[in-house]
Amino acid sequence: MSGDDVWLIGAAMTPFGRFPDKDLIDLAADATLEALADAGTTMADINVLALGNVYEANSHNGQRLQKQVGQTGIPVYNVVNACATGATAVRVVLMSIAAGESDIGLAVGVEKMGKMGMIGGAAKPAAEKKVFSPKGRYGSVLKTEGVLGTGLMPGVFAQAGTEYALAHGVTATQFAKVAQKNHAHSVHNPLAQYRKEFSLAEILSAEMISYPNTLPMCCPTGDGAAAVVLVSGTRLRTMDPDVRRRAVKISASVLTADPWSESGQVQPDVNTLTRQAADAAYDKAGIGPDDLDLVELHDCFATAELLHYDNLRLCEPGGAGDFIDSGAPWRDGKTPVNVSGGLLSKGHPLGATGVANIFEVATQLRGEAGARQIEGARVGLTHVIGLASACAVHILEAGARR
Amino acid sequence: MPHQIPVVAYLRLGDPPHLTSAACTRCGALYFDRRNACARCFATDFTTRSLANEGTLRAFTFVGRAKRPYVSSVVALDGGGVVKANLLGVDRPEQVTPGMRVVLDTFVAGVDDEGTEAIAFGYRPLDGAPGGGAENDHGGTR
Repeated sequence: MSGDDVWLIGAAMTPFGRFPDKDLIDLAADATLEALADAGTTMADINVLALGNVYEANSHNGQRLQKQVGQTGIPVYNVVNACATGATAVRVVLMSIAAGESDIGLAVGVEKMGKMGMIGGAAKPAAEKKVFSPKGRYGSVLKTEGVLGTGLMPGVFAQAGTEYALAHGVTATQFAKVAQKNHAHSVHNPLAQYRKEFSLAEILSAEMISYPNTLPMCCPTGDGAAAVVLVSGTRLRTMDPDVRRRAVKISASVLTADPWSESGQVQPDVNTLTRQAADAAYDKAGIGPDDLDLVELHDCFATAELLHYDNLRLCEPGGAGDFIDSGAPWRDGKTPVNVSGGLLSKGHPLGATGVANIFEVATQLRGEAGARQIEGARVGLTHVIGLASACAVHILEAGARR
Repeated sequence: MPHQIPVVAYLRLGDPPHLTSAACTRCGALYFDRRNACARCFATDFTTRSLANEGTLRAFTFVGRAKRPYVSSVVALDGGGVVKANLLGVDRPEQVTPGMRVVLDTFVAGVDDEGTEAIAFGYRPLDGAPGGGAENDHGGTR
């Protein structure tokens, strides 16, 4: 318990789903109050707050949350960073503690999406009289979506998948097995948006959204929030033994953006920044992929999860198809992946996701995951990626032996 | 012949139609859009380069949930440049093979209220169309 380390002492998430009776701040407050209670603390102790949210990011939601849970004058950081928003909020608190400005902080991620349709697919109103004239940096005269390929999320992650498939011989069935696994896992998670198992045949024959991803191979939109309380190792040493016993060490926290690549300007490269983040996190934690007892990774689409087996070094290079076939990422396999149900079935309220996967791993490392508990889990990794792009990887370790 | 305009400035409608790209004068990095500085080497001078019409298919997807289903693809052009565009004349995923060779083709993507045609580009399999015959691509007329 070095004084320089940062520890998690409280974690909570709301169920993910659609909650028309709660507004954004209700959801954030629910997660916040539960995380504070879990940590045995109150807003009176907290000395930094970061709040992550994507779709209402210009509303100063951190301050709005304080008005509902406690206005103590502490600094608030309102964070937005695509689908890595929640994880970035965690990292802001962690950096504040590491810098010595704070010794106990709260990170919250929240999103209220309702049933908004495909992510990034919102329609724009049409112009009145149509006269073509070049606009913007590409000099485009009309909306090029569907005319010059697709840049919407389902298509981007589908093409990322087929690029890997063409290079390494992965089949549509292998991609579908990812969704089969995550939907089966969510049956054990009472917080998941969906808890329904699908057969491989049902997944393969469902509506084709963007080949090879059918509907159950795409994450839903939804509402939800998650929150964590972090402390410095020095502060933790002064805390109640019950808090110390349940504390989880943040052994690595890494954030990357996409480096230049030739194809990156037309098709976001979701691989390179994930590999760079994972390698840096393993190096920082002194932990390798074989040491991981579980992984919560960013399965926004089934194709994405398969790629990240390779990007996070969970399988042999090029061997992600064999990895899913072997059963390794199932909850009883060698490296359980997305035992929460993942984004595909637990849900993906954008700003909440990166905090919720830390909640999941921390809960598992504390041995408190109930029906979905991975027995004896000591080390876990979380990964999120959002297009722009931003990728965050955290490695968590159980504290004192229970 | 109606007046025509390319859907994006990096498509040139000359004979034959082809793509151009901004190229960094220091490192050669290619950009279809205007850049303030090179994202790879940070230089600020760019020149214009013509790109090849033939290339190799790198990725694709059949977009199902759309008013008119279509095929999106990523193509690595011979001699440099990677571009995203519709894949034309392909009906089934099984017709797409690793290393598939493709060539640029153009089609009318829309007509404005003054009768001007917006010309887009896509890629077709080279060396003979794949089996199937029927085409579900947008336009297809040169």
